[in-house]
Amino acid sequence: MTVLEQPGSYRPTPPPAWRPRTDPAPLLPDAEPYRVLGTEAADGLDAGLLLRLYGHLVRGRRYNAQATALTRQGRLAVYPSSTGQEACEVAAALALQEQDWLFPSYRDTLAAVARGLDPVQALTLLRGDWHTGYDPHEHRIAPLCTPLATQLPHAVGLAHAARLKGDDVVALAMVGDGGTSEGDFHEALNFAAVWRAPVVFLVQNNGFAISVPLAKQTAAPSLAHKAVGYGMPGRLVDGNDAAAVHEVLTDAVRRAREGGGPTLVEAVTYRMDAHTNADDATRYRSDAEVETWRGHDPVALLEQELTARKLLDEAGMAAEREAAERMAADLRERMNQDPVLDPMDLFTHVYAEQTAQLREQAGLLRAELDAAAEAAPDSPEGTQR
Amino acid sequence: MTTAAVRAGARPSSMAQALNRALRDAMAEDPSVHVLGEDVGALGGVFRVTDGLVKEFGEDRCTDTPLAEAGILGTAVGMAMYGLRPVVEMQFDAFAYPSFEQLISHVARMRNRTRGAVSMPLTVRVPYGGGIGGVEHHSDSSEAYYMATPGLHVVTPATVADAYGLLRAAIASDDPVVFLEPKRLYWSKTEWDPEAPEAVPAIGRAAVRRRGTSATLITYGPSLPVCMEAAEAAVAEGWDLEVVDLRSLVPFDEETVCTSVRRTGRAVIVHESTGFGGPGGEIAARITERCFHHLEAPVLRVAGFDIPYPPPMLERHHLPGVDRVLDAVARLQWEAES
Repeated sequence: MTVLEQPGSYRPTPPPAWRPRTDPAPLLPDAEPYRVLGTEAADGLDAGLLLRLYGHLVRGRRYNAQATALTRQGRLAVYPSSTGQEACEVAAALALQEQDWLFPSYRDTLAAVARGLDPVQALTLLRGDWHTGYDPHEHRIAPLCTPLATQLPHAVGLAHAARLKGDDVVALAMVGDGGTSEGDFHEALNFAAVWRAPVVFLVQNNGFAISVPLAKQTAAPSLAHKAVGYGMPGRLVDGNDAAAVHEVLTDAVRRAREGGGPTLVEAVTYRMDAHTNADDATRYRSDAEVETWRGHDPVALLEQELTARKLLDEAGMAAEREAAERMAADLRERMNQDPVLDPMDLFTHVYAEQTAQLREQAGLLRAELDAAAEAAPDSPEGTQR
Repeated sequence: MTTAAVRAGARPSSMAQALNRALRDAMAEDPSVHVLGEDVGALGGVFRVTDGLVKEFGEDRCTDTPLAEAGILGTAVGMAMYGLRPVVEMQFDAFAYPSFEQLISHVARMRNRTRGAVSMPLTVRVPYGGGIGGVEHHSDSSEAYYMATPGLHVVTPATVADAYGLLRAAIASDDPVVFLEPKRLYWSKTEWDPEAPEAVPAIGRAAVRRRGTSATLITYGPSLPVCMEAAEAAVAEGWDLEVVDLRSLVPFDEETVCTSVRRTGRAVIVHESTGFGGPGGEIAARITERCFHHLEAPVLRVAGFDIPYPPPMLERHHLPGVDRVLDAVARLQWEAES
């Protein structure tokens, strides 16, 4: 008889370092996404907050439409619209205090604008004249991040550094459903939980990673469930309910600020437009599905709440729409002006101090520009100095 | 022989000790310097380079992280954004590969994409190269990958004094530095006075380690001792070799290299990394472009073979040794042969 065959002879006892978790904190998300609008809980909502959210939603919707139009005119290389997801964008910006940091993904232009970034600066990357286009320190908005989920560990590191310095700073990092499959998502959540960093992760689950639906992305019951494995609470919220997203994010930000550690929030929403103008959404989803979501529109949901409570009338709505039109007209006008670029900038910010090799290459470009200016004095490149 | 070596009080110090001293001095001088990585705390790193730092500076300054290279470097990016100077340890060359996305997509280009508004004053320490009998994934020479990425500085010390000085310079740099530590030189000792370290050399300056007239050996890191030995052995053959230690691969000190080659008329580049696509190809091209009329023979490379790093029992056949360098030097009598 071998050792393993002797009944009861091999009983592994947990070593001292391992103990089953007994803490009562419910890390699991609720079964259903949290909702406020249209429920009794909405009665207690602050009218001023709702009106602010509404104003941002209306302008955000218009911004998405205008930016999409600019791609058709060739003014933007690409624009990943967040139409249908405006509630997540706006709530993300409004849940933060001034000293906090936002780490947006490429689709989160609206969150950056709602946080105070100049609408034109927010489109600099997509316009193609330079990369980030703004000073991240000015509004505490990290560069709109194109690689998926790679900005999440940055948020953790920044929040961790701020806490080490004793500063009251929370970082909110945004990612899509597809981004949750990336290794950096896992590493960021794990670091954040181990370090108890003041970070909030907001997953905007808009149903698709370009064309791949959530069911092919994950086998988890929900993306919020992933929080449990890291030892942080997961919250599931209706991403089209601006009041609910704002409340859940505000709770999570407060918890982080008070030293409670990170939270993972999954906002269930829907991308009404295609991934970008280069995408054909009809290949992977039906019009009927899109129509279903049109009946759950974030702007309409909030509008219904506000009108039912007589906080908003037709005149109020018209005023918001006019403000949005003014913003769009300003955006159009400024985006239609050709940016003035200095090609010599190519070499300016590679290193703090230019290397000999770069100085030499800058000299080559300078000579090319001078030759071009001599050959065609009126050409755009020829006129720039 | 360095100037520090002749000072009173100098005693044998290893490169690992000098690196440790550099980290301690940098952390003591500047509270924004933070060390993070796997095993850097209680263990002091698998090579003991971070030995004692956690005792002296606490876990907030010397942090054992979860085992995740992308996470280590990714969080360091955020720390640097907030004004800290993170010094990241990647345990071994090939263990750093999961962090390449962070390094290339963010660390290297943050300054550029933000027009200088956000700099990345972080140092990535990577023990690299072979010769210590390590099993697979513990002996790669990954410098060419880093060199091919604009925005990064890539430096590698070959002496104890440089290990101290270059690491101090790397940590003080406002740009990201990939600091390659030749792990087979970790235990190489020299008379070096840690109480009176030499002035910190600027990143981007090569050093002429041996003056000579017949040909120039251009090398760095783990191959410097090989080249010094080859130069001594070559004397018997009537060759007086100059040895240039690059110290910094990016920026590349073209001036020192070309001045030497113009004088000697012959050049051999020696490194462990692969020849094909390796650093030597870039250096040879530059020498040919700048010094063509001074060359008496083609620029030669003595490199590792173009193979995945071999198992320990075969690595001695792969690594360029003194004989292979001397064979190349013999081939420099090209004009006579043709």
